[in-house]
Amino acid sequence: MSLAPSERAPASGTATATATGTPAGRGTPRRTDRARPGRRRLLTRESVPYLLIMPAVLGFAIFKAYPIAASFWISLTTGNGDARQFTGLANYRRLLDDPLFWTALKNTALILVVQVPLMLGLALLVALGLNSTKVWLRPLWRLGVFVPSLTGLVAAGVMFSVILNRDAGLLNWVLSLFGVDRVNWLGSTFWARVGVVLVITWHYTGYNAVMYLAGLQGIPKELYEAAMVDGAGPIRRFVSITLPQLRPILLLTVVLSTIGTLQLFDEPYVLTGGGPDNATLTVTMYLYNNGFKYFDFGYASALAYALALIVSVLGILQVRLMGERR
Amino acid sequence: MKTRGPLLTLLLAGAFGLCVGPFYWLAMAATQDDKDVFSWPPKLLPGGHLMDNLQGLQESIGLTRVLLNTILVAGLQTVGAVVVSVLAGYAFAKFDFRGRNLFFVLLLSTLVIPDTVMLIPIFQMMMDLGLIDSYESVILPGLVTPFGIFLMRQALRSMPDELLDAARVDGAGELRVLWKIVIPVNRPIIAALALFVFLGGWNQFVWPLIALRSPEMYTLPVATATLQGLSTTNYAQVLLASAIAAIPVMALFLVLQRQFISGLLAGATKE
Repeated sequence: MSLAPSERAPASGTATATATGTPAGRGTPRRTDRARPGRRRLLTRESVPYLLIMPAVLGFAIFKAYPIAASFWISLTTGNGDARQFTGLANYRRLLDDPLFWTALKNTALILVVQVPLMLGLALLVALGLNSTKVWLRPLWRLGVFVPSLTGLVAAGVMFSVILNRDAGLLNWVLSLFGVDRVNWLGSTFWARVGVVLVITWHYTGYNAVMYLAGLQGIPKELYEAAMVDGAGPIRRFVSITLPQLRPILLLTVVLSTIGTLQLFDEPYVLTGGGPDNATLTVTMYLYNNGFKYFDFGYASALAYALALIVSVLGILQVRLMGERR
Repeated sequence: MKTRGPLLTLLLAGAFGLCVGPFYWLAMAATQDDKDVFSWPPKLLPGGHLMDNLQGLQESIGLTRVLLNTILVAGLQTVGAVVVSVLAGYAFAKFDFRGRNLFFVLLLSTLVIPDTVMLIPIFQMMMDLGLIDSYESVILPGLVTPFGIFLMRQALRSMPDELLDAARVDGAGELRVLWKIVIPVNRPIIAALALFVFLGGWNQFVWPLIALRSPEMYTLPVATATLQGLSTTNYAQVLLASAIAAIPVMALFLVLQRQFISGLLAGATKE
């Protein structure tokens, strides 16, 4: 928590920091003894914040607010260019009857339900390990597990499309050392999904682990010491101290991972192109296909809004369920 | 309890291997002849074809031009987004003004809205402005990052107000306070933000894929993806392109990892 507002009030002089139109007229006595007061009048304490946020507001209006509103309008129309016609909810009705949309949604949900808990669980384990003072060479391991999250999605996708190759890929070769038969990653509907989950997990586990590590290091040692005095074992300490203390970061990672997974596009696009047999088609990929392959902007926008709705509802639910009243 | 150290170390070394192993293989595969990429067992030692592959990439995608495009796009995006974020973050952290909370909440709420919602209107906007297939079309939409503004606000809030007020009493104008005090004091977190934005700009894919049309305008991820789509894909070259994409980012991270991780923590733990 930062300082209370009252503590920084004196410098702003008058309490009316509202109007911005006439900055020249509000010189405070303090300012009159400056060398060149006229030049500085534009930047009074009242006008400065508005000037500071100006670029952000402009960018927000053009590249966030307007597109979000326009997208909704487009989703209510069909046709292209000048032939665009208002058709109300037709795109949304079409969406409900579109088997491919449901396939894409099902694929996305499946990946979400399997991948996010798997990844966050692994990340927590790695973070607990990295947090232990008994471990040697901690900085090296921390560095290593974070490295995958630096890789671009395309680079990672290309890399894994070869590593997961059935006949000569690295993964099948490593598995063969343990006597496992070659797996048709990316080639069969089941294993392609597993492959996509593997790649995303590889990509983001370390990032989340470092977030958790930060959280773990923020927990006061006294809490553990007190618990030990009271005779709490390691599991009891984990459940009663570590998990509650980590709650804000856990929530953050759950929400961010959910948003990310629901918008999954790059990895399956590069790895499988959505196949085989649409097994790895995601909602965003279907949106992309409709918008930028078939140029059906109206339908693509309806898909975008359906996705936004799902993301928002899930996000709000997660905050409600996991969030803490402060 | 004494045995836990070695065991944990071993497990973490295993995790390290799983994370870093693929990169080692990537580096090796990028130096092989194309047909050796798919050999069984995989080649895990350097091959002698690095130069051939580099030359092949130069011919197929115009590697130097594509690299310069990527540096330009990511670099300008970083400068712009950092400026916007520092200015806005400072305002949100240290000034009371009308509409502050409303705008901040609006800004943050766009985090929940998938970027894909915005793709089509921004595409149309760029078409109308005649900016499709230009650097501007790729750079501009990335300049306002709610995450960056949030990060800077969190960081700047912990600056003591006395520091700023002392400078004001000494007669420093608001711009001077920002330039001489706020920015120098927060240089590490600003460096962290710059890294995050650069990383995002360097690796961004979907929007450049849509906004860029001609191969000489492509960024590295877009060029790599198109290269892989060809039926006669030369995998050694594609993998080399991926390795090249990863190298600058890793180097930057190695040099600035302290700032990078502190930035990650600032966004995650404060509040």
